[in-house]
Amino acid sequence: MASNGIKDQVAIVGMACTQFGEHWDRDASDMLIEAATDAYKSAGVEPNDVDAYWLGTFASGVSGLVFSEALKTPYKPVTRLENMCATGSEAIRNAAYAVASGAYDLVMAVGVEKLKDGGYSGLVVPTPAGDGTESSMTAPAMFSLLVPAYCKKYGVDESQLKDVLSRIAWKNHVAGAKNPKAQFRKEVPMDTICKSPRVAGMFGVFDCSGVADGAAAAILCRAEDAHKYTDRPIYLKAFSIAAGPNEGFISGDYDFTTFQEVVVSAQDAYKQAGITNPREQISMAEVHDCFTATELVLMEDMGFSERGEGWRDVLDGRFDGDGAQPINPDGGLKSFGHPIGASGLRMMYEMWLQLRGEAGPRQIANPKLGLTHNLGGQPGRCVSFVSIVGNELG
Amino acid sequence: MSGILRYGSYIPYFRLDRQAAGIGRGERAIASYDEDSVSMAVEAGRQALGDAAVDTLMFATTSPPYAEKLNAAAISAALDLPAQTRSLELGGNSRMGLAGLLLASELGHAKRTTLVCASDVVVGAPGGARERDGGDAAVAFVTGPDDQAIARLLGSASTTAEVLDVWRLPGDPFARQWEERFGIEILGPVSVDTAKRALVNAGVEPASLAKVVLDATNRRDVADIPRALGLKSEQLADPLVDNLGRTGAAHAGLLLAQVLDTAKPGDRILVLSTADGCDALVFEVTDRIASGRPARSVAHWLASRRTDLPYNNYLKWRGILPFEPPRRPDPTRPAAPVMKRHERWKYAFHGSRCAQCNQGYLPPQRVCVKCGAVDKMKEEPFADQPCRITTFTLDHLAYSLQPPVISTVVDFGCGGRMACELADADPKDVGIGDQLEMTFRRFYTGEGVHNYFWKARPVR
Repeated sequence: MASNGIKDQVAIVGMACTQFGEHWDRDASDMLIEAATDAYKSAGVEPNDVDAYWLGTFASGVSGLVFSEALKTPYKPVTRLENMCATGSEAIRNAAYAVASGAYDLVMAVGVEKLKDGGYSGLVVPTPAGDGTESSMTAPAMFSLLVPAYCKKYGVDESQLKDVLSRIAWKNHVAGAKNPKAQFRKEVPMDTICKSPRVAGMFGVFDCSGVADGAAAAILCRAEDAHKYTDRPIYLKAFSIAAGPNEGFISGDYDFTTFQEVVVSAQDAYKQAGITNPREQISMAEVHDCFTATELVLMEDMGFSERGEGWRDVLDGRFDGDGAQPINPDGGLKSFGHPIGASGLRMMYEMWLQLRGEAGPRQIANPKLGLTHNLGGQPGRCVSFVSIVGNELG
Repeated sequence: MSGILRYGSYIPYFRLDRQAAGIGRGERAIASYDEDSVSMAVEAGRQALGDAAVDTLMFATTSPPYAEKLNAAAISAALDLPAQTRSLELGGNSRMGLAGLLLASELGHAKRTTLVCASDVVVGAPGGARERDGGDAAVAFVTGPDDQAIARLLGSASTTAEVLDVWRLPGDPFARQWEERFGIEILGPVSVDTAKRALVNAGVEPASLAKVVLDATNRRDVADIPRALGLKSEQLADPLVDNLGRTGAAHAGLLLAQVLDTAKPGDRILVLSTADGCDALVFEVTDRIASGRPARSVAHWLASRRTDLPYNNYLKWRGILPFEPPRRPDPTRPAAPVMKRHERWKYAFHGSRCAQCNQGYLPPQRVCVKCGAVDKMKEEPFADQPCRITTFTLDHLAYSLQPPVISTVVDFGCGGRMACELADADPKDVGIGDQLEMTFRRFYTGEGVHNYFWKARPVR
């Protein structure tokens, strides 16, 4: 038994992403049509060339019909997946494995979410009938538990950490301002971020990611066929996903300063890709900054920073767009927005642009390897996804 | 002979400052937004029960959370009473708490051991006397054969009076009252007569009474009793008008509990409640009194309080004042089959513990995350186990009648962790490491279904 991975067996040859935001004028099907049509164009293929589809949506529809009925695909296989906030990433992971297996030649992974029609603040999670004893904690409350725990463990003053968190939000807004597809395309002054109204714990409104509508899609084929479609494919180096047993809410040892699921999925991905020093070898990463403190803890869980040192790296600008290891160069969930089913594919879309040198004003110099990361759930109880992609084989 | 074996009381944490609310002087007790007559009865019942075994449960209230569906069943489940327990519910007026105690005490003759819980949330129309003078609280007694009694029932008397004094139609939010002086004309003499007959029945002279508890829907209904019986003022128990309010069906029992808290062996007590008639009971305290007292006295509950509740909030809590809801979905009702499957978790608060590696679980699990054992769990009650705050946050986004929700992760001293809402706490006083205790609450009412479960609260 082993997690062997599919390093360099599968390539992405076309990608597309809609504008993210409050699309009062568009249905989920409208966004799917845009993302899929643009992805066909990007790869230079006709719809009928694609053999099978993997659709990720958290709650914007049920079954593969959401896609097949929107695009009128003629009796092709469409699999609908859901894995909380890792839904979009699951779509591409499963699609890639299908190609690697030899079952299909050309496939599409597509993700969509329509969140803004509900009329509520924040995310509403559909839940099965229950006994009424489930925790009512909202997402910001769950993730805000990281803050006092981190401060206590590493002796960081809470007001100092507030500055660290605000800097993460500031950085991701700076990036979003350079991204025409982002939900929020304006820089936000540090002071505004710091003083934003409290939502949960130390989190203000600006510590939370955007709630948005959007869709994104990728077309994949075997690596050896990639140049039939594009001169500059990107190659899949590793996929890993870890679903936790809820140890954080069982074990008295868990201290709310880490995501064990992230540690495990990152280590597995590094092993598949042959990465030994992620801090040096990963050129850039799109990580799941659902809240500012999440991004901080992720830096340590993924080995980009030493334990207890992530906050210093943030303040030093290491993760800025022009820093040594840019994190969320497209603005992240924070300013690109977070339509659940599309987010994982949106992250991959930034890798696609950056690794092909098409990221415009936010282009990173000579990136070789990029990482995408999704996290669904809460500290102590989540699923975590990590992928590694590169623009060269080997 | 028969009598009271044990007792317990419960007064909620919040007080409405009558002066601040512009409705009088002193303060009245207010059930929190997540409490009702059932949840408070559970709290008093826990205080009273200790390790006593009962075969009958009686619940008296004028504010039943369900008009149809046995509220006592939820109390029984939360108190982890055996399914074989007989249960019945009394309502109709505020005398039924004491009527229940009388009936339960007399069941002791038949060797029955009964837990009688009386609990009320007294809501009056804003600005009225009932809002001002009412209070919210619960009391519970374990009754049984008198060889174990801390207070023996020496005698009693009752009167039933058909009179339109205080009444409320089903669905009406507030009770109505006829002109008070009319009620006094009818119920004053009834009260005196019932008191006298009870004393004759008990063979007790008024002068030998250590304390007299007088309770009525209208205090003036019982105002003639001291003169008629020749009582001295020091014989009269404090009716807790200024610091509690009249707590409906719980009140006579609560005042009796207050007397028992400091009673000496041999003390004789007359307790009387008037509403549509009268019940009067005469007890004699035995030398077992110290063994049947609860951990927390009425005076303790009265002193443990928060008095800064804004009147507006109180009105919202009781559903009197409409308010802007948060932009979040309304709470959904819990599902009957799931509640039934998880009854011992939801109501009795039983978790589990791995018999192989000792890891504790809330809620109970079948597979152990530590050692991987399957179905090696033992059920374990956690309701009376102390716990501490491991970490917490203030959730301004979650639906609540008292935002922000204080969400905590707690660890039990005996091993076991859960995410838990905090009740009766001021956000600015909460800290990591704080000691907590569990409390049974009504979380919300969704789609016409009350959702009960446990929260933690700072130790009171």
